[in-house]
Amino acid sequence: MTTELILQSQKEETPAPLEPLIYDLGAPGRQGVRLPDPDVPTADLPADLLRADLDLPEVSEQDVMRHFVRLSHLNHSVDTGFYPLGSCTMKYNPKLNEDMARLPGFAQVHPLQDPSTAQGALALMVQLQEWLAEISGMDAVSLQPAAGAQGEFAGILLIRAYHLANGEGHRTKIIIPDSAHGTNPATTAMAGLEVIEIPSDANGDVDLDKLREVCGEDMAGMMITVPNTLGVFETHIKDIVDVIHGCGGLMYMDGANMNAMLGVAKPADLGFDVMHYNLHKTFSTPHGGGGPGSGPVAVVEKLAPFLPGPIAAIVEEGEGDEPPLYGLVMPEQSIGALKAFYGNFGMMVRAFSYISTYGAEGLRDVTRHAVLNANYIRARLKDAYTMPFDRVCGHEFVCEGHWDGVEDIHALDISKRLMDYGIHPPTNYFPLIVPEALLIEPTETESKQSCDDFADAMLTIAQEAKEHPELLHDAPHITPVGRVDDVLAAKQLVLCCRPLPDYGA
Amino acid sequence: MSYIPHTDADRADMLKTIGVQSMDELFDRVPDEQRFPPLDLPDGLSEMEVAWEVSGLARANVNASDYATFLGAGAYNHFVPSIVNHVLLRSEFYTAYTPYQPEVSQGTLQAIFEYQSMMVALTGMEVANASHYDGATALAEAVTLARAQYRGKRTKVILSQGVNPQYRAVARTYHQGSGMKFVGDKGNATLTDLVDMLDDDTAMLVVSYPNFFGQIEDFSTLAESVHKAGALLCMVVDPIALGLFKTPGELGADVVVGEGQPLGIPLSFGGPYLGFFATRESLVRKIAGRVVGQTVDTHGRRAYVMTLRPREQDIRREKATSNICTNQGLMALAACVYMSAMGKHGLRKVAELCYHKAHYAAEQLNALNGYSVDMSRPFFKEFVLTCPRPVAELNDYLLEHWGIIGGYDLSKDLPGRENQMLVAVTEMNIKDEIDTLVEALRDPDAHIGHDHHH
Repeated sequence: MTTELILQSQKEETPAPLEPLIYDLGAPGRQGVRLPDPDVPTADLPADLLRADLDLPEVSEQDVMRHFVRLSHLNHSVDTGFYPLGSCTMKYNPKLNEDMARLPGFAQVHPLQDPSTAQGALALMVQLQEWLAEISGMDAVSLQPAAGAQGEFAGILLIRAYHLANGEGHRTKIIIPDSAHGTNPATTAMAGLEVIEIPSDANGDVDLDKLREVCGEDMAGMMITVPNTLGVFETHIKDIVDVIHGCGGLMYMDGANMNAMLGVAKPADLGFDVMHYNLHKTFSTPHGGGGPGSGPVAVVEKLAPFLPGPIAAIVEEGEGDEPPLYGLVMPEQSIGALKAFYGNFGMMVRAFSYISTYGAEGLRDVTRHAVLNANYIRARLKDAYTMPFDRVCGHEFVCEGHWDGVEDIHALDISKRLMDYGIHPPTNYFPLIVPEALLIEPTETESKQSCDDFADAMLTIAQEAKEHPELLHDAPHITPVGRVDDVLAAKQLVLCCRPLPDYGA
Repeated sequence: MSYIPHTDADRADMLKTIGVQSMDELFDRVPDEQRFPPLDLPDGLSEMEVAWEVSGLARANVNASDYATFLGAGAYNHFVPSIVNHVLLRSEFYTAYTPYQPEVSQGTLQAIFEYQSMMVALTGMEVANASHYDGATALAEAVTLARAQYRGKRTKVILSQGVNPQYRAVARTYHQGSGMKFVGDKGNATLTDLVDMLDDDTAMLVVSYPNFFGQIEDFSTLAESVHKAGALLCMVVDPIALGLFKTPGELGADVVVGEGQPLGIPLSFGGPYLGFFATRESLVRKIAGRVVGQTVDTHGRRAYVMTLRPREQDIRREKATSNICTNQGLMALAACVYMSAMGKHGLRKVAELCYHKAHYAAEQLNALNGYSVDMSRPFFKEFVLTCPRPVAELNDYLLEHWGIIGGYDLSKDLPGRENQMLVAVTEMNIKDEIDTLVEALRDPDAHIGHDHHH
């Protein structure tokens, strides 16, 4: 888009909304679904208990379909473009997995049916638990957590429960590096434990001396991401584990970056006691515009009794060629149920199907190519962008989104400008310890061509920043809407479309 | 089979650009002895083979599309119009990320804004959030809100036994380290007993509408008592029931939570489901989950954005009220499409169908010799059937001889209720199925051996 066109578009009057609200479509009395009349004698409705009116839309099926298809056109998505989104692993979501999850034998099974009538579903869960245990080197897995954040919560509650069971309730502190995901400290606080933050050194590693300083009798454990959120594999991982274990703490691994670890290293081999997976990152289940996810938690033997449940298990071994009998079991000292039922089962089917597709060597290849892509893009960008850590990265890397002498350009401007190139912005302003951070993660399903297109766009933007900074400032230009005013949204809360606010002023 | 697109030539070029000799060189930093461990997993399969294998597992489950089912207790077999799945399968929705970047996420944001508006309409509250993992976690987060509202000064939560047992368990799990205590649901406290427990340490009182046993309790004066004690009233609701019955807003609730699975989401062996959460505007800044708000873009065009972000974990870190990162975005979309398609009249009709069919079933079963249904209170789509023998036996018999998935065995949660079956009837149960259930239960002895008699 030329500068001239951009200036012209800014002169327009207040433009109409891109798509009306569903409430503004349709007409009184219109209906989208026909339902049968009662086929039983009708009962009297209790008049004094009934509601007056129900303010829902009145639209036809076609009104609904068009509305949502038009809305869908306003979204960026994996199936329409690249998502170099650090820490989020926006890989391709295989279509087979979608079909599998929708089979009536999975989608139409009630969670409270007798286990004898859901043997296929339970067998799938048990197998997936075994695979996730094998990949992590851990001994036991609960598939119940509904998201990464809930998996973390489970992990921290487990650590707390373990210490309590050992009569060590005074261990109330969790050590968290300053490069950690915000969920780590929030999770710790939710569990009623205290956060001790420790700094990273110049290489992006945990500062070992500081770690030794804060470790003591009151320490419950440490949460750390591997490779860390700066995209680097901690140089001293064994030392960190030794320090923590040495003072009686447990090691928690945030599995957000497992896509850099498949078949490369098992967290349990590195000394971790508990971790969570994100099936929606590592194992390709779709992000769904913000859920549903799935965050299974994996632990070493001594923590297994504390897992959240119920958990699928073999309750009776089969004799001879007979298959075993599967059931649901609550671990004896369980921290309790984290949600109703057994977890986001639909996501388990997709992840099962994904692991079946790749197998052991395939998964190792996934990680190899995820790391290859990240290092390739990093190599292509390192002359144009400041790389705070000059070393081989894992499946993602962090660079700085600003230049000396171009003072008013920030990571946010680069992010918004990328949208004009049809690319979703990287994660920005995270990790917090890198100024104007851009955290870039291409994933293994992007081709060299796609990595090149992204690198080219980033190099062009670096040029634009110096020659036409206004292009970045006013970006995005060719997205459905221009830059969105989030300050106004927070100041004048409008969270519901009835009645509509007046933007007169 | 693999979704990796690289060719040998690509790999060679890329390694050269990076300046390393091999892929494995990229992993030098991983300690030697732990690097590239053996992985005991099966070999990868072709797409065809995966489909066979996974379909085989699916076929090994009894499911509601082949069997008549009367099982509810927190997950329900309701009708899902075709359009719901067609919208969910739009790539642009299901393969999108959380809408942190509003300029390229208006589709998801507007859909969630519409969903919030519909939940406000349905519950009679003032604001609704973008969703939680499920109904049980929505209740746990309601307690989080209550704790935040009183800054930890009030630590007691009174739970009615009429709240789904799993929800109560999850609330306890969530708050095992938060200092909140739960009372009221052990034993057989009446609503009056619960009100008597209110004091200045009470943060919230939680009831269920309808309750776990399907009944509509009389909450007409409850809010007044709770508010007089300075506490909050939380109602756990069935969204389909709200198509017909008075809103929790009208009854004075401060927080309304529930399971949105009945709104167009398949049973799916317990998940993914949808936790909905609605409250009063005065409490909006205490909500744990995500919220979408309306604003404008640089051209003054109406636009949507995730708002009230400063409360959140990625900004507040250890001071956040909750660690929630995401919600159940796609499930909220399903509910939004469902409520749009059903609309004002459709949802009411679904609720009426449930009501009529459940009442027909209750009356027919109550008339059977040896069976009874407590119909002293109004009920919606579920009721407790007291049977002449243990429910576990009857359910085996129903499945084996009649191809019916029977109701929920209440003894699983409540010892001593071995003979009580919680029967759920929805619009999906045609009259024939109900009549068959009645017929089957009339004389199970004809099929069950007398040696099973207790």
